[in-house]
Amino acid sequence: MAPDLNVFVSEERIERDESGPLSGRTVAVKDNISTAGVPTTCGSAMLADYVPPYDATAVERVTAAGGTIVGKTNMDEFGMGTTTETSAFGPTRNPVAPDRVPGGSSGGSAAAVAAGEADVALGSDTGGSIRCPAAFCGVVGIKPTYGLVSRYGLVAYANSLEQIGPFASTVEEAALLLDVIAGPDERDGTTRHDATEGQADAHPAEEADYVGAADGNGEGLTVGVPTELVDGAEDGVVEQFEAARSDLEAAGADVREISLPSVEYGVEAYYVIAMSEASSNLARYDGVRYGPSVDVEAGNWNDVFSDVRREGFGDEVKRRILMGTYALSAGYHDKYYRQAQHAREWVKRDFDEAFADVDVIASPTMPTTPFELGETLDDPLKMYLADANTIPANLANLPAISVPAGTANDLPVGVQFVGPAFGEETIIRAASIIED
Amino acid sequence: MSDTPVGPDEVRHVAALARVDLDDEEVERFADECAEILGYFETLDEVPEVDPSPDLVNVLRVDEVRDGLTREDALRNAAGTEDGYFKGPNVS
Repeated sequence: MAPDLNVFVSEERIERDESGPLSGRTVAVKDNISTAGVPTTCGSAMLADYVPPYDATAVERVTAAGGTIVGKTNMDEFGMGTTTETSAFGPTRNPVAPDRVPGGSSGGSAAAVAAGEADVALGSDTGGSIRCPAAFCGVVGIKPTYGLVSRYGLVAYANSLEQIGPFASTVEEAALLLDVIAGPDERDGTTRHDATEGQADAHPAEEADYVGAADGNGEGLTVGVPTELVDGAEDGVVEQFEAARSDLEAAGADVREISLPSVEYGVEAYYVIAMSEASSNLARYDGVRYGPSVDVEAGNWNDVFSDVRREGFGDEVKRRILMGTYALSAGYHDKYYRQAQHAREWVKRDFDEAFADVDVIASPTMPTTPFELGETLDDPLKMYLADANTIPANLANLPAISVPAGTANDLPVGVQFVGPAFGEETIIRAASIIED
Repeated sequence: MSDTPVGPDEVRHVAALARVDLDDEEVERFADECAEILGYFETLDEVPEVDPSPDLVNVLRVDEVRDGLTREDALRNAAGTEDGYFKGPNVS
């Protein structure tokens, strides 16, 4: 008998009497995306009984387009992890290799698609949390440009970095779901408004056709390959990446080496910023408005909150809150947080310069194939370093896609394409060229 | 490895600031892990100063009254409520 993959935290169907581009399709939704009346746990004991009073905009758009939500998927607690092992509800297993992790933090969503439990899925990507599990489970995942998809109803972890995005078995299906969820939202303070056009409501998604971009056409496409993001990868991963490069060239693309020196500092910058934002965003979990019940007679405000947070948070969340608090504390802010912001600007500038010469940037999505279950759980730094190739797109707010590109030792390998801001059509086109 | 001054005392101080109660075993373990991770972050010292190139502008809309969450919905997830309010612990 197949092992239980532990894909879903809850399996309540959500559908409306609507028809549209998702009619007849089943959708899995990561459990940090709010669903009205249906529990949304964020993979945390802190929110084990939390039931949102409203839908995230992305969920509203999915059901309005005729999609049927089949369940809320398992994830690293509050999105903090690269393996889906930090969930309070136990790890998810990789459908392709059940003794391996599915990647994270949206591991349940990627596994749902890979295992056929849903046609498509929604995840969220803060530093690679869609693309990593897409690569590890052998499916397609897209992290949109910051501001393309509404963050309304996405439970915040590191709000300056994260976006909701789609998973699917094919590039075209992922593009279809992106067409549905992308668009302006007046309830999202970080939605994109292109004021330079003189139209207050202009949004990049209104003129875009993501499904139509999956046409496999490589003529005239210029692809940059940053040596910094290939050199550190395992041999088997590099072999598949080189095969993808040959496919691009065979389709008429011009592939050339580029350099992005700033990305060597990406992991450090990302973790300082993400942990700092986490320490602020997770301050709301005090057990009063939601969360485990508080014994209001047990002592003063500070003691009671500290007890609730000891009980409700797992180790990785505590670790990030502690380090984020430290990085923002008096005497250390300039050393860590300010330097990380400089690194972020440097990464943005490097990408801007690169996109003056190339249309998309290609690399392996992950430097390795999926870890064995438990392999990185006691070595957080090893887990953080695995995010080296996915983090730069979040730091620079850029769109990125992971597309399956063969296997190494029978384990899935993914290739990543990063595009310029709101260049989703270009990365979708590039991915459709190398798709099997 | 690094001269970052992180030990058990710093972890206890930061945990108190962050309102997370830790036992002694956790303090020791987090001190070791945080020292290793913060040691890795030392490379940020090499990053040059890069000033942001602002590409964002404020977009304002007219302030309109519209329905928000009802009080009942807002209180629904709370463990303790009283007379339509959240019930919390004593402040002092």
